[in-house]
Amino acid sequence: MLEFIKDFWGFLRERKKFWLLPMLIIFGLLAVLTFLAETSAAGPFIYTIF
Amino acid sequence: MHILGISAFYHDSAAALVVDGQVMAAAQEERFSRKKHDAGFPEHALTWTLEHAGLCLADVDYVVFYEKPFIKFERLLETYLHFAPRGFRSFRAAIPLWLRDKLFQKQQLQTRLREIDAGFDPGKLLFSEHHRSHAASAFFVSPFQNAAVLTLDGVGEWATTTLGVGRGADLELTHEIHFPHSLGLLYSAFTYYAGFKVNSGEYKLMGLAPCGEPKYVQRIYDHLIDLKPDGSFRLNLDYFEYCTGLQMVGARFERLFGGPARKPEEPLRARDADIAASIQQVIDEAVLRLAAQAHALTGLDQLCLAGGVALNCVANGRLAARGPFESLWIQPAAGDAGGALGAALTASYAHGLARNVDASRDGMAGALLGPEFSQQEIEARLDALGARYSRLDETDLLSACARRLDAGDALGFFQGRMEFGPRALGARSILCDARRPDAKDVLNEKIKLRESFRPFAPAVLAERASEWFDLDQSSPYMLLVAGVAAARRGSIPAVTHVDGSARVQTVGAEGEPRFRGLLRAFETLTGCPVLVNTSFNVRGEPIVCTPEDAFRCFMGTELDCLAIGRCLLLKSEQRVAADADYGARFKPD
Repeated sequence: MLEFIKDFWGFLRERKKFWLLPMLIIFGLLAVLTFLAETSAAGPFIYTIF
Repeated sequence: MHILGISAFYHDSAAALVVDGQVMAAAQEERFSRKKHDAGFPEHALTWTLEHAGLCLADVDYVVFYEKPFIKFERLLETYLHFAPRGFRSFRAAIPLWLRDKLFQKQQLQTRLREIDAGFDPGKLLFSEHHRSHAASAFFVSPFQNAAVLTLDGVGEWATTTLGVGRGADLELTHEIHFPHSLGLLYSAFTYYAGFKVNSGEYKLMGLAPCGEPKYVQRIYDHLIDLKPDGSFRLNLDYFEYCTGLQMVGARFERLFGGPARKPEEPLRARDADIAASIQQVIDEAVLRLAAQAHALTGLDQLCLAGGVALNCVANGRLAARGPFESLWIQPAAGDAGGALGAALTASYAHGLARNVDASRDGMAGALLGPEFSQQEIEARLDALGARYSRLDETDLLSACARRLDAGDALGFFQGRMEFGPRALGARSILCDARRPDAKDVLNEKIKLRESFRPFAPAVLAERASEWFDLDQSSPYMLLVAGVAAARRGSIPAVTHVDGSARVQTVGAEGEPRFRGLLRAFETLTGCPVLVNTSFNVRGEPIVCTPEDAFRCFMGTELDCLAIGRCLLLKSEQRVAADADYGARFKPD
């Protein structure tokens, strides 16, 4: 995962697309939450946020 | 320097091996996995290319992937942002897939390569760009020292169309048209509207075009595409759904053409053929204008073409006949499979390799770059299958095949190295007598099990081509449509389309040697140097790769005889039960 993050950071720098970063962080959080929602009792937490 | 190219994870995965700039081997994964358009990691194709060259992965200097996944993801995000909140359904379908899977293609590639060789050095994995791979696959193996280069397809990272110039070992792409404006996607939208599968049924739309009248050309120009005199274009996205939806076109497009999209397998209507004819005319014009611009910008008289749109033989034929270039060379694996080859070639020449050009022939070896089987292997495999065959010497085999064809038989022809790219060129082909008026119906309905309107292509001895077709250049890869010569039009009905055209393959010295021998034997017997040549498969099935695949297809269809190597099999002599359900096992394409 560390290598992926390094590569992606390199990509954002080279393409000068830092403005994509906030969106990607939200996606990442969503992905984690969705994963948690599928495997634990964290479901209601999602609804309180969104 | 040994360089392995890979295309994968979208459609038509493939692997190609380039050694010191020479193409040694290339194959599509579908031929091994038997899954049409297989998009998975090309494990079998890759393993086979290494085995063929007697190498292991550790001997390879670089492995090059044909495109850059992060830039594709960037395009996806920016497209969704641009159209938001429209496109949420598509967003919801695509983004989880990317976050879970597609964004990690580098890691997947490394993992799969380590499964082949645990010591694989990740520093050897490089990434090319989609259209650079296409351009390289056309220019670096062309017989031209210098050439203009044009790539046209659906979309890669951002580019959908590129124009550039190749000089020696340098290739520079100077102009690009970006997504969502795409000739490939425009053609795919019409493919969808006509009820054919996107990324697979485009050639059916091309085959349907001569059956209709181009009644809708002006409507397409008025509403869908703004085509400039220099060949650049913009699509009117109000009519297309591919940026935001899960289909190519929506209600507005359907209203424009007076009704809903045809459902797959529904009977074809006159309107479908008229629409096919219309979009074909628009594509022809766009390709001609882009080529004229490439000619004007480069001042060169040679043109190389690649990308999925370069498989549009009708547009190619028009370009060859009416375009500004003296010579045209089209990569036979112009679609994404060829990207594997282009990726390997890009890396080869980026590492300072000098390019040696032979103006008399290209570097594709007739596209015969896949697996082959020795006579001994073929016999052992046929024996294991319980097949009954006669082993003949080459002259007798070719004479016997010619006699069978003259008698009206449909012949499976399996010889030498398998073709790379979507066309069968005589190594994995089904052949028939082109003079036979009912050959098209017999092949379509009883053997290939496909739609009745679809035409068949002729293979002709290269030295006889101009006597039979209005063609003044070679077409070894069946990528040019030309008129059947007026005096011959009635004599080869099986390959003469409704408008008098044919998708010609000229078979010269670079072609499959036994196939050329058969054309000669057939000409000696009948005076006709032309045969129907269609791929050795049924609808929805990848073209056969091994003798086993060929035997199964032979026993599952109404093929009369089969020549594998020097073995001749007659259906009437087989004791293995025929497989009546063979065709039903493949999902229609």
